Amino acid sequence: MPFIPHTDEDIAAMLDTIGVDSIDALFDEIPAELRAQGLDGIPAGLSEMEVTQLLQARARSDGEPTCFIGAGAYDHHIPAAVWQITTRGEFYSAYTPYQAEASQGTLQVLYEFQSMMTALTGLDVSNASLYDGASALAEAVLMAVRSNRKVKHPRVLMPRTVHPFYRRTVASIVQHQGIELVEVDYDKRSGRTQIAHCEAVADQPFAALVVPQPNVFGVLEDVDALTDWAQARDALVIGVVNPVALALLSPPGDWGQAGADIACGEGQPLGMPLASGGPYLGFLCCKQAFIRQLPGRIAGKTEDLDGKVGYTLTLQAREQHIRRSKATSNICTNQGLLVTAATIHMAILGAEGLERVAAACHANTARLAQQLCEVPGVEPIFDAPAFHERALRLPAPTETVLAGLAEQDILGGFDLGHEYPELGSALLVCATEKRTDAEIAAYREALTSALVVAKAA
Amino acid sequence: MLIQEHSRPGRRATAQAPLTTADHSTLPQALRRKQRAALPEVSEMQAVRHYTRLSQQNFSIDTHFYPLGSCTMKYNPRACNSLASLPGFLARHPAAPESHSQGIMACLHELQDMLKSVTGMHAVSLAPAAGAQGELAGVMMIRAYHDARGDHDRREMLVPDAAHGTNPASAIMAGFKVREVPTGRNGDVDIDALRAVVGPQTAGIMLTNPSTVGVFDRNIQAIAKTVHEAGGLLYYDGANLNAILGKVRPGDMGFDVIHMNLHKTFSTPHGGGGPGAGPVGVSKRLEPYLPIPLVEKDDDEGYHWLDEDDRPESIGRLTAFGGNMGILLRAYIYARLLGAEGMRRVSEFATLNANYLQARLRAAGFQLAYPERRASHEFIITLKKEAKDFGVNTMDVAKRLLDYGYHAPTTYFPLLVPECLLIEPTETEPKEALDGFVEAMIKIRAEAEQEPETVRQAPHSLPVRRLDDVRAARQLDVAWKPAEGLAESNI
Repeated sequence: MPFIPHTDEDIAAMLDTIGVDSIDALFDEIPAELRAQGLDGIPAGLSEMEVTQLLQARARSDGEPTCFIGAGAYDHHIPAAVWQITTRGEFYSAYTPYQAEASQGTLQVLYEFQSMMTALTGLDVSNASLYDGASALAEAVLMAVRSNRKVKHPRVLMPRTVHPFYRRTVASIVQHQGIELVEVDYDKRSGRTQIAHCEAVADQPFAALVVPQPNVFGVLEDVDALTDWAQARDALVIGVVNPVALALLSPPGDWGQAGADIACGEGQPLGMPLASGGPYLGFLCCKQAFIRQLPGRIAGKTEDLDGKVGYTLTLQAREQHIRRSKATSNICTNQGLLVTAATIHMAILGAEGLERVAAACHANTARLAQQLCEVPGVEPIFDAPAFHERALRLPAPTETVLAGLAEQDILGGFDLGHEYPELGSALLVCATEKRTDAEIAAYREALTSALVVAKAA
Repeated sequence: MLIQEHSRPGRRATAQAPLTTADHSTLPQALRRKQRAALPEVSEMQAVRHYTRLSQQNFSIDTHFYPLGSCTMKYNPRACNSLASLPGFLARHPAAPESHSQGIMACLHELQDMLKSVTGMHAVSLAPAAGAQGELAGVMMIRAYHDARGDHDRREMLVPDAAHGTNPASAIMAGFKVREVPTGRNGDVDIDALRAVVGPQTAGIMLTNPSTVGVFDRNIQAIAKTVHEAGGLLYYDGANLNAILGKVRPGDMGFDVIHMNLHKTFSTPHGGGGPGAGPVGVSKRLEPYLPIPLVEKDDDEGYHWLDEDDRPESIGRLTAFGGNMGILLRAYIYARLLGAEGMRRVSEFATLNANYLQARLRAAGFQLAYPERRASHEFIITLKKEAKDFGVNTMDVAKRLLDYGYHAPTTYFPLLVPECLLIEPTETEPKEALDGFVEAMIKIRAEAEQEPETVRQAPHSLPVRRLDDVRAARQLDVAWKPAEGLAESNI
């Protein structure tokens, strides 16, 4: 009986104490006709050894391709210490720190995480995580609409340069809140959202403008101008940012004259493996003025009976377990273990380490793009500066080219054509600090041959 | 001491980042950071020591009995973590092609099938990232169903007063009005009160069964009939699925949509507050609305993803990349270790442990909230009498339990039972742990009588004494900031 410690003597003694004859008798309040007969389709249990063999085979079968995909999830180096400490049972198997005195480890980690995120984003406060970057943006949109006291129209400007999966997630989550998401187009030459594109859809008041930095194409938006433009119209500004990029790029708190009001994004680049898309963590930071509209858990510093410093969950009147139907969000469980990993990761890397990672990603991607564009017919799509991703136009259908690359165990990038048909055969590539010169050269070779095959097809 | 307070300018873990700073002169100056972020500057060993020490200030399943009601704090098998962390799984990019994803997709597809079987539902989506997101997906599907039928006036969601706070909060996020249904004195939903409030405005009801008061609602078939006849749908909150795994299936009880908390019933880690995973299961009529992505099996071509294009009526995408895949893998591994027989034993021994603990506490003179009822996998005692007689409340007892080496049960929930402890031992605890807990409760009650200050001032043996929650909220300090002019340096 896996994981059940009871001996026959235990069972007999326990049933005797309860005063029943069998375990089955404990289910006597369940109507007999409801009792399940069998569990079709569930195989018999396996030993740990057998499960290990099965899972090893499955993991191996997916190969070890070289990854040049970014598009919201990035293949960074993770110090060995990060997950060795994170998976200590005391972190791994603890619950939400409701009993603060028995959870000081987790609570202090949350407080340190919040401190680090405010340092990176330049904003006053941070929550203790949401599910992922996309759902964090949905919560940011809801929060902005609640927070904006000057503009009561639940309208939010959403540039097309925001990751399409993020836009879809936001649309799903807020669909019954009466919020109008207005698309903002982008400049086809630079890949940037320009003020003119915003003006074109701003004929009515709007509560917030979303500003991605870098945007989905890797391109750097003119965040200062966009922030000033939106705030001059009484709208709030929501930055969607990459935390590693923030080691080099202007933090949302510094954007424009007054700084962005809210910043959110995906914490995966801070020590989380790609892992097929999760678990990652969403972060959400804001100016002090909006803290009571900030959803999710927040750890705060306090004192115990002796005046000793300690940490506890605070402002819980925002949350569902207290406020129920009037809560800021329905979120309960967040991504605590990933917060632990991200905190240890940031502590080990430090600001200078993250800067070096960011610079290496930027330089590697620039080199990758340059080399791929030496292949005949391949060219950059946009001319504006980019961070660590580049959109390239291919002389053959992207899907076919990617399949050809995959056959050579290279994951060549993210197909932009599906979401941005106006770009033609478009591919988004990324080379993190982990990609070597040899791997970049191999990609170029593989692309050359894949294009030959694709054009012949 | 905070990690930030260990920081010294210029100290670094040099092995963990590139040896030099690569050229990034093409990044425009105007868009660059002017001042370095105030992150800690420490050595790798300092970070390891600091976080190892912090971990030691936590109670956890691996170190303590953790009978937190409604949270199912059972043993998290280590194999689930190590196998989900195989390099092939960790390195896979979410946008990797299906050609390089058949291994993990096979696991996900089999998990979908096993969850269907054990819940009696027609189809399952693994997409929701946690229980609350599963709830949101569930009630959004109910709304999509009514809307697709042109039944636009069904805007009221019924929620029992004993429900988890996430239920009403999720219903509001899906645009419903919430109407509370009272719980009867015996712990079952008050069926007459329910009959009085259902009508053409009823979209559905959100139920936990066994309920949050720790009993199986014996009227479930009558509830299902009442709501269905009024045109509403039944939503099952899977928070307490551990109590009935393999014994009763929500689908057979008449539920149309359910969510499961894999971090409870399928023993994936709670991680200090997540990550979770909250798959949803539905009856046939709700299948078109399931959140995407889904994994489909094609006999010739293997596994492939279904997305927005394949499921145009879907409520949509809930996270960027389809959910907490690593947690789903852990749940899959756990399910394979258990098998059908093991799943049945989960509910049997969770129920045995709860009823044994209940019987022993009752024999020791503690007052049960529902003394005439069988416990499910959890039960409630009320310390009303102790509070009145000794001036020691439930929170005091909870804190004193920490001194005895037991994590406290859930306190003051559900809200309708005064001074309550909701106790869930789970199936993985041995009899000795339960006996030890009973002894601690008896000792604490004696202390409450003889030296109440000891209990009121508890805990005494933890890294901190009782913390001031009011001060935390009034003198808000939620982030460390560097002293002026210190720590921030130009890049």
